[in-house]
Amino acid sequence: MPDALALDSRQIEKKFGYSYAVRSIDLQIRRGEFVALFGRNGAGKTTFLKIAATLMRPTRGALSIEGYDIGKEPENARRRIGFLSHNTFVYRDLSALDNLKFFCRLYGVEDSDDRLLGILDRVGLRKRASDPVRAFSRGLQQRVGIARALLHDPPLILLDEPYTGLDANASETLNQLLDGAVTAGKTVILTTHDVNQGLRAATRAVIVDRGTVVHDSKANDPAAREAYARYIQQVETR
Amino acid sequence: MSPIAAIVFKDIAIEYKNKEAFSSMVLFGILVVVIFSFAFEGSDRRTLATSLAPGMLWVAYSFAGILGLNRSLSMETDNDCLQGLLLSPLSRSDLYLGKVAGNFVFTIIAELVLLPFFVLLNNLAFDAKLLWIIGITLLGTLGFVAIGTTLSLISAQTRMKEVMLPVLQIPMTFPVILSAVQAMTLVMSDDPRGISFPLSLLGVFSTVYLTASYFVFEYLVEE
Amino acid sequence: MKQKILGIASVVGIAVALYFALVYAHEEKTMGILQRVFYFHVPQAILSYVAAILFGLGSLMYLVKRDLKWDRFAYCSAELGVLFASTTLATGIIWGKLAWGVWWAGDARTNMQMILNLSFIAYLMLRSYLPDREKRARLSTVFALLAVINVPINYGAIYWWNTQHPKPVIGPAGGGLDPDMSTALLVCLLAFGVVFAYLLVRRLSVAATEDEVGELEAAVETA
Repeated sequence: MPDALALDSRQIEKKFGYSYAVRSIDLQIRRGEFVALFGRNGAGKTTFLKIAATLMRPTRGALSIEGYDIGKEPENARRRIGFLSHNTFVYRDLSALDNLKFFCRLYGVEDSDDRLLGILDRVGLRKRASDPVRAFSRGLQQRVGIARALLHDPPLILLDEPYTGLDANASETLNQLLDGAVTAGKTVILTTHDVNQGLRAATRAVIVDRGTVVHDSKANDPAAREAYARYIQQVETR
Repeated sequence: MSPIAAIVFKDIAIEYKNKEAFSSMVLFGILVVVIFSFAFEGSDRRTLATSLAPGMLWVAYSFAGILGLNRSLSMETDNDCLQGLLLSPLSRSDLYLGKVAGNFVFTIIAELVLLPFFVLLNNLAFDAKLLWIIGITLLGTLGFVAIGTTLSLISAQTRMKEVMLPVLQIPMTFPVILSAVQAMTLVMSDDPRGISFPLSLLGVFSTVYLTASYFVFEYLVEE
Repeated sequence: MKQKILGIASVVGIAVALYFALVYAHEEKTMGILQRVFYFHVPQAILSYVAAILFGLGSLMYLVKRDLKWDRFAYCSAELGVLFASTTLATGIIWGKLAWGVWWAGDARTNMQMILNLSFIAYLMLRSYLPDREKRARLSTVFALLAVINVPINYGAIYWWNTQHPKPVIGPAGGGLDPDMSTALLVCLLAFGVVFAYLLVRRLSVAATEDEVGELEAAVETA
């Protein structure tokens, strides 16, 4: 769909039994934006991202990915999302190559060895393509996760605290890949605690608190940093 | 390759590498059969074959089957791989079918490995009845695995984790065990009249639970 | 107010029922005074199935509406189901010992009650190991629906099994019921029905309060 927003969230609400994880989030993200989503633990940013990825069902509201409503056409929406969190979602007993082959088959994309070895090359794992993932360090496992998230060339990339537990090398690899994605016109939404990490390449800064958006501006707007500092202070004095 | 087939092959590939589920299923099954054959040692051969053996076999199958179901699911909960499956364009219902197919394959293989031990330890005969036995095993296992896959996903999300599965599975598979045991008893006693009822019931059970689980599976995995 | 009326009605109802069961109905010739347990046993059995129906309905409504009040309705019905199924089994055992000198007749109806009770208990046990309120409702609802579908299948399996292994049936000795016995039965059914309603209404209000407390606690935590 040519004019669709990458992500269009209207009054998304998520209630778990008694409490609200997300109270009401209205957010429109255009293609090509790089959004840094900040907020303390429990603010609702992970829940929101999971709803966008269709891992959770909202109790109210509507959300569409590239024009596809997640309630009505979840499979089409998922096809267009690459999701990465601190969990890598790869099978530790299989090799990196076999893992990617499996996910290619799930997504219905080409699973030739050549293509997959090329992808592994981009994350610096070509030499270890046939080793079981179990033998990898955390940083290397995360790289396999990154490859998994991107192998179907999704237009929207969702990252939930992806830098957690990454060493400097792996962080740098992730940054390079994200920069490459942005250049290629992809949309990126990244949640993080680290304001510097978040604002490094972001075009837009959004702060979420207690399930709603409390700040939304361009990333290079000094108001963004001020708002974040104020927010941290508020949280500490609660 | 279709996504469902990909899931089955992936399960087979992982199991082939670590052989954890299969070996524990077979070993456990053999232990159950051995214990039973010791317990019933005094019984005469005919009583054993017709009254006791089918029940023994299905007890062994049930417990080995539960082990297999738990192992199959822990493959997915390790490293949160289930989320990876849920992120893919595969529908939740097709994911269910993939897991059922994989579980069915493993469980049948384990049961077929178990069967010769069972025949030998109980001094039964390797004759044409064996074909009937295998047929009943296939039908019963289908129902068992159809509902077991669903229940294993429920139990994995509780505080008791895998330990909850037998609590849920045993009452629910009561009709399967009952019908399968009765069908086998009829075969073993050379009187297959009336075998169509338990076989039909097994068919009904499998159909009903494959269909029901196909539709409710998404409620189990979404949060 | 509603509860008070039902409470008083229950007490009155039981008093009336006792009169009808112990005095009004004539004493049965062959089994003597303890045959009267029949007037309690049959209503309890019927009400255990009523509980199962309400349980299924509540679960289905929760899945559709996602309103916790339906989930409460389902699990309160399940608790009553355990109560009535257990008393049915207990009175059935007493009857069995009287009529045939065996504690467990193992006939179709007792087996059904046993499996029904185990299913209710499995459901309640599942809930007790799911601390998160929403997950508890969602997962146990799916199990409930699968368990309710199982009831007719179980019925088929068990009743057929019992045609293969005929057992005595719990019921009035000889043909139909004499009119005074039918009246006594009906009165007891009504009385127990009122007790059922009373217990359900009371339990539901306690459950609603429990959920309210949970909401308040959650609100305090996130403030």
